[in-house]
Amino acid sequence: MEREQIAAIAHLARLGLGESELSAYQESLTRILAFVGELDRADTTGVTPMAHPLAGLSQPLRADEVTERDERDRYQANAPCVEAGLYLVPKVIE
Amino acid sequence: MTAVHARTLVELAASLRAKELSSVELTRLLLARIEAAQPTLNAFISVTAERALAQAAEADRALGSGRAGPLTGLPIIHKDIFCTDGVRTSCGSRMLDNFVAPYSATVVAKLEAAGMVMLGKANMDEFAMGSSNETSWYGPVRNPWDTRLVPGGSSGGSAAAVAARLGPVATATDTGGSIRQPAALCGVTGIKPTYGRVSRYGMIAFASSLDQGGVIAVSAADAALVLRAMAGFDPRDSTSVDRPVPDYVAALEHPQVAGLTIGLLEEFFDKGLDPENAQRVQEALAIYERLGAKIRKVSLPNIRLSVPAYYVVAPAECSSNLARYDGVRFGYRCEKPRDLSDLYCRSRGEGFGAEVKRRIMTGTYVLSAGYYDAYYLKAQKVRQLIAGDFERAFKEVDVIMGPTTPTPAFELGAKTADPVTMYLNDIYTIGANLAGLPALSIPCGFAGGLPVGLQIIGPHFAEERLLAAAHAYQRETDWHRRIPQGYE
Repeated sequence: MEREQIAAIAHLARLGLGESELSAYQESLTRILAFVGELDRADTTGVTPMAHPLAGLSQPLRADEVTERDERDRYQANAPCVEAGLYLVPKVIE
Repeated sequence: MTAVHARTLVELAASLRAKELSSVELTRLLLARIEAAQPTLNAFISVTAERALAQAAEADRALGSGRAGPLTGLPIIHKDIFCTDGVRTSCGSRMLDNFVAPYSATVVAKLEAAGMVMLGKANMDEFAMGSSNETSWYGPVRNPWDTRLVPGGSSGGSAAAVAARLGPVATATDTGGSIRQPAALCGVTGIKPTYGRVSRYGMIAFASSLDQGGVIAVSAADAALVLRAMAGFDPRDSTSVDRPVPDYVAALEHPQVAGLTIGLLEEFFDKGLDPENAQRVQEALAIYERLGAKIRKVSLPNIRLSVPAYYVVAPAECSSNLARYDGVRFGYRCEKPRDLSDLYCRSRGEGFGAEVKRRIMTGTYVLSAGYYDAYYLKAQKVRQLIAGDFERAFKEVDVIMGPTTPTPAFELGAKTADPVTMYLNDIYTIGANLAGLPALSIPCGFAGGLPVGLQIIGPHFAEERLLAAAHAYQRETDWHRRIPQGYE
């Protein structure tokens, strides 16, 4: 793995990483990818990728009904920053 | 007479019914043990003493008036991955250090409705990512058998607490071995049910196609009692299976081992397996043979690819699941964000620990444009091969047995330098997760004074068979009743 690749992945994952962290992940991701590279040795010609651990089960759908109560105040009690029932973030549009 | 804290859940249930002990007395006694052990073991993230005593008092009223069920008044510890209404639910992460769950997980709600008393929330690896409980934001848990050693992970707090008899039973979760591996290293019983058997609603997601809730207990009989109340279809979890829950407790009344065909998994007796661990497992198999079971060698040719397949699938799903932690609606937010991007990047960079970030990075990479087929799709195909291996094996044998872990508990810091070395700790447990199979670990002796686990894997929905086989063994042995020195 190249340094720029590591920085690009961190950006995609929205992880702010310091210089030393980038170096550490460069090393460990290289190691992990070499390890999982063993999968190439398996012959998977004609194998269907697993979609669900229990074959033949369909995902049930519930009735399209309102089941949740409005508990905005309770949920917003966990928010880092709210005002007038709205979640606040830094200004997005100048 | 057995000391109160050393009793199994089944024995404690009898004590409560006989009015030999009240739930409040039992709760007080265990809260005192928790307080005394916390500086050494660090098995808890939160202790909910007040709530526990209130629940215990209510349970005593129910027991007094004949309204009690089989679990009324019995204490339980919840892994801090399960949401508990009104109680901090941290998942072992700085990201959720300030998160007070606004609702309870289905598992928690069911056990509360059954009258169980919550003692507190168990320490764990951050977001259940780890095999040694060293990735917790709240510091490592220590193994009660030797505090220089790790308890295993990710359910390290649950396993250490039950081993030290700080509580008779704990909930836990298993994505790649997180119930069975710590149960083995701490000398307790742990069961990971079939994928979909227990609701994942309110259980903080790590890798959704692998995560499954279960129980860590002293005995298989205790685990059966709690699993019976935990399992079942939940309309709030679309992956939970709509299928009746058998009476796991009744299944133990006449455990039939005679005629059981046990598959001995050749691939698990590899060069990585500690010879003493191998010896203990062989001795356990000899007991099964004496009880009338037949032993047959089975082979799972693709099982050696389970760890590499897991370290593609699990990080991929983790990177998607953990995208929700953005510093906006709940959880950690960095100081003075410059703009929205800075808010996301710094909140996540500061809120997550090193191992969680490593897995998010790995997952993001394997899912990124151009790499999806080579990694994720390939791993899901290999997963299908592994599931096929198990399916073929279960046409010939009723259960598969082998070691739970390659070695007994290791020292803190021994495997933190290289992530792959740590990942290989789950080499014997990951297969069951990839195939969605139920599996349990029971204590089967000691190696160098440390507990060794016997793993029993079954076909889908064979929990009764696994628990009955474990129970039959525990009637013949007393390894599961051994308590570490200092906690007797």
